[in-house]
Amino acid sequence: MSHPFLALTDSDKEEMLRTIGVSSMDELFGDLPAGVRLGRELDLEPPLSEQELSAHMAGLASRNVDTTRELSFLGAGIYDHYVPAVVDTVLQRGEFLTAYTPYQPEMSQGVLQSIFEYQTAICELTGMDVSNASGYDGTTVTADACYIAKHATGRTKVVVTEATNPQVRQVVKTYAPGFGLDVVEVPHRGGVTDPEAIAAASHDAAAVIFQQPNFFGCLEPAPDLAAAANEAEALSIAHVDPLSLGVLEAPGRYGCAIALGEGQAAGNLMAYGGPHYGFLAARQEFIRRMPGRIVGETVDVEGKRGYVLTLQTREQHIRREKATSNITTNQTLLALGGLVYLSWLGPHGLREVGEACLSLAEHAKRRLQERGLELVFERPTFKEFAIRVRRNAREVVREARARGVHPGYALGRDYAGMDDVLLVAVTEKRTAEEIDRLADVLAEVAR
Amino acid sequence: MKVIFEKSQPGRRASVIPRPGVPAAEIPEELRRAEPPRLPEVTEFEVIRHFTELSTRNFGVDTGFYPLGSCTMKYNPRINERLVTLPGFAQMHPLQEEDGAQGALELEWRLQEILEEVTGLDAVSLQPAAGSQGELTGLMLVRAYFADRGESEQRRKVVIPDTAHGTNPASVTMAGFELTHVQTDARGNVDVEDLRAKVDEHTAALMLTNPSTLGLFDENIEEIERIFHGAGALMYYDGANLNAVCGISRPGDMGFDIVHINLHKTFSQPHGGGGPGGGPIAVRAMLEPFLPTPTVVRRDDGSFGLDHGRPKSIGKVRGYTGPFGVFVRSYAYMRSYGPRLREMSEAAVLNANYVLARLKEAYDLPFDRLCMHEFVLSARSLKRDHGATATDVAKRLMDYGFHPPTVYFPLIVPEALMIEPTETETKETLDAFCDAMLAIAREAAQDVAVLKEAPHHRPVRRLDEVRAAKNPVVKYEFEAAKAPQEV
Repeated sequence: MSHPFLALTDSDKEEMLRTIGVSSMDELFGDLPAGVRLGRELDLEPPLSEQELSAHMAGLASRNVDTTRELSFLGAGIYDHYVPAVVDTVLQRGEFLTAYTPYQPEMSQGVLQSIFEYQTAICELTGMDVSNASGYDGTTVTADACYIAKHATGRTKVVVTEATNPQVRQVVKTYAPGFGLDVVEVPHRGGVTDPEAIAAASHDAAAVIFQQPNFFGCLEPAPDLAAAANEAEALSIAHVDPLSLGVLEAPGRYGCAIALGEGQAAGNLMAYGGPHYGFLAARQEFIRRMPGRIVGETVDVEGKRGYVLTLQTREQHIRREKATSNITTNQTLLALGGLVYLSWLGPHGLREVGEACLSLAEHAKRRLQERGLELVFERPTFKEFAIRVRRNAREVVREARARGVHPGYALGRDYAGMDDVLLVAVTEKRTAEEIDRLADVLAEVAR
Repeated sequence: MKVIFEKSQPGRRASVIPRPGVPAAEIPEELRRAEPPRLPEVTEFEVIRHFTELSTRNFGVDTGFYPLGSCTMKYNPRINERLVTLPGFAQMHPLQEEDGAQGALELEWRLQEILEEVTGLDAVSLQPAAGSQGELTGLMLVRAYFADRGESEQRRKVVIPDTAHGTNPASVTMAGFELTHVQTDARGNVDVEDLRAKVDEHTAALMLTNPSTLGLFDENIEEIERIFHGAGALMYYDGANLNAVCGISRPGDMGFDIVHINLHKTFSQPHGGGGPGGGPIAVRAMLEPFLPTPTVVRRDDGSFGLDHGRPKSIGKVRGYTGPFGVFVRSYAYMRSYGPRLREMSEAAVLNANYVLARLKEAYDLPFDRLCMHEFVLSARSLKRDHGATATDVAKRLMDYGFHPPTVYFPLIVPEALMIEPTETETKETLDAFCDAMLAIAREAAQDVAVLKEAPHHRPVRRLDEVRAAKNPVVKYEFEAAKAPQEV
């Protein structure tokens, strides 16, 4: 019986076996010792036709509550921003979708030029000199940056602020022992990090990692944090929200060594956590320590401009155990989504999205305060803020969801003493009316 | 062609951002952006035109045959692309409460179950984002396992054959282990005598790809298993070549304790021009307590949930539960096959052996055996006799409309051409490719210049990679007076 993904007919198979000079398919597997053969059928459910598969998958999808079914103020690192149709259209081009790493540049100028443009866009956003072609997500690029810092400084400690996304900190802590690094966390004070505390912790540190805006949504005194790290000759690493960079200063402009982050907000759907892209950009001096692919401009034998994977002597397939990272497969398609989105936005659109998030979040703060809820931190924020809900926030989430509103992330999931705190995210997709509904529901359930 | 930044004109734009209709707020001045980023100012139509033109300068599996060895460039079913766009998958937040994520969690749990059956192991973590991250995660498990047994100081060495992917040694270093290299024997298997001499109480693990990057199944795998487990070490299976053996032989049955699976290879997540991928790991029961958190579990009441409470866990290696959209596609793909995954692997092996049989007279075959799903030829004689290198053959193939094989890998084969046809190609396509390879071998003898100057029919000719690395230009230089010649 034929299978839609398999191409050989019975007569093809016979002819091919004859050409090979064997009499049966089994003979092709003659090198496998009997003891390691399965010798039975895989115990899996029978194959589904496309139509049956569609129905099965639709059934699974229907048992998820997504943002088309629930008004959501959930953020905490992954955000419900608008993704325009042009992104879908470009990413479904089979020439992009079904290609692989552009090892053969003459076959791959489309991917190579688009990565070159992506690198340019990321450098423009962050104010940095060099960007790689993407990392897995915002957590792993942070671990990658620690590897850069370890080799650039020879030091064995990284400092990370407690106000950095807990997912990021957890991944850094998982990677650190293999790198021979200790991780030191610096507590926040009133929702932001004290530059004095960074100065005290960064002695002998390879890197100082902070997030801007931080996990609580608050704006850190980022230039002062970077200065404190630089003073100690540690690499200052800013974990930034790409969509904030139309309104917030670029890390390269306040002295950071490395800027990185989760790209999802810029052009990727939330998709229950991925795939997304992590971006990583640095000052020129770190170019030969960068992890992953980098595309460079060159010319062909006729002098025509073209693009290639470059500085490959950093990479695992050449440098092997001395490589700057083990990454090979990255997130090119998602990064392409990011580039298409940023091209669609342009500089004005980027600023307007940022302003919309900022203004709507400020509006939400006022509305919630009018209903008697208190802000946890009286600090400037961007698109997210922490609010006290006067009882266990997870219960508040449950009861609000029963009323059709996901009111945000219960910070007690990660921070001791914050059981009554909700982290509320407001993107440009939210409206004043939806914010009123959030206020109504929270006024009712946060008693 | 121009880069999109060269098409930018002030005053043009593609996006309209709805006005929020609430009072405008401002960023404090000391943190406010001073200069806007120079993103392109283009219309929506220009965005589409630009990226469509770029796509026409690229080659994917959809465009044509792509026998890039070790990468398993098979057909990517389009139904899977539709399925990932279902709002219940695409528009779902990863921190959604469990009761609002039952479909996603069930999908992940079912995928874990399938991967356990296919690998012959007991527990799975879906979290690693790609094969090399699966490797690193696996090595972290090795470290945690021996630390738990009080042997972490003692067991510092990881053994890797000289045919291994570069990711293996890079992962070893990143995980804080030391490398021990083992050689390949005359039949293309791991040299068992060399191995025996190098494995002792200081050995933590072996990392092995089986079939190897030579496309050969290691005939001594049972002996290798005895050597490692006999020394108290663990066995790690690099799943890059799992497409050869699904339903035929399972890594768990070969004796491996940890396996990573490349969902973008064997299970058809489209490669996306370089990614995304997925690199779940499957492990034997004794390693389960160390798996990354959260783990996806089925509760006694039949509901699905996330278990964050694993005290021995190595921690998290990526955000959330992993690249979910990849899981949707690979789960759908595996459900399309069910137990017929065996036929998938059989066809992959048949196709590879057929192409090998047709090409082995014209090219050198370093190990004259039947192959599995891929094989490695050498252009050594072509180079010696006519000066045509593996690169020349690869570039000339482009003129015939084929993507070249992987070249110069594995490192132990000079002028290597690593060819992986996959199961999804017709015999007609395989024959056309073989005809082209044979024609190129003849051309090398008759007029090597036609190879040396190839490709002739691509958007660019051969590119100067030395220049690119010497003076890296890695972003568009807005200030530069004049870019090199325009296309």
